[in-house]
Amino acid sequence: MKKNQIELEIRVPNQTRYLSLIGRISEELIAQVEGYVGDRETLANHLNVVLTEALVNAIRHANENNPEEIVQIRITISDNEILMQVFDHGRGFDLTQTALDSKKGEDALDEHGRGLFIIRSLMDSVEYHPTESGNVLEMRKRYR
Amino acid sequence: MNMKIEETGNVMVVVVKEERLDAHNSENLKQELGRLFNEGKTSVVVDLKEVRFIDSSGLGALVSGFKNASSRQAELKLSSLQSQVKSMFELTRLHRVFDIYQTVDEAIDAF
Repeated sequence: MKKNQIELEIRVPNQTRYLSLIGRISEELIAQVEGYVGDRETLANHLNVVLTEALVNAIRHANENNPEEIVQIRITISDNEILMQVFDHGRGFDLTQTALDSKKGEDALDEHGRGLFIIRSLMDSVEYHPTESGNVLEMRKRYR
Repeated sequence: MNMKIEETGNVMVVVVKEERLDAHNSENLKQELGRLFNEGKTSVVVDLKEVRFIDSSGLGALVSGFKNASSRQAELKLSSLQSQVKSMFELTRLHRVFDIYQTVDEAIDAF
């Protein structure tokens, strides 16, 4: 691990009841970022929203609401970037397909389909890769 | 989810008593709004003054309420959005869809 780097790894059951806890932890962690000149409260809120959306995607779509599954979150804060990774162990989801769906962010009266639109809007890069035991959604935000 | 329903004249005010309106609790709000419109209520305000966090599911529950109202010639208005919540409406352009008021009284007076 690099000097001054913060890395936090959390595993929680595949249930939405933990969203609030993870969101609070991410906001507290952002408070530790040094050298950020913008509005820290807004950054913390945005990362809380992004992490919530990513977790819900993993819980409901990738892990298909299976409460026995585990969702793993890793947040890495390095010198100039915040990396948030959400690992699922399920069948995953088609990011390309969902990205197309995310255009519904502009379709005001659709009840669903805004999650990935929000993630893409608030982060600098979003990728979804297979891993040995499932998939990982990687979301990066440069902060200086 | 914790919420309080108040009746002012013929306006129903749903006060969301949660800091977060997210995928874990927003289904309750969606159902409650559905119940009110099913009962024939025509004027509903959702007061979000205590909500400092909303995700796409929370937004979706309000959109559901909006569509439910529109299909029955009823109206749903929102009041007292905190800045972080307002920014999510702007990001998803939903601020153009909803009637949003600074205070619950302004929302009630607008019916």
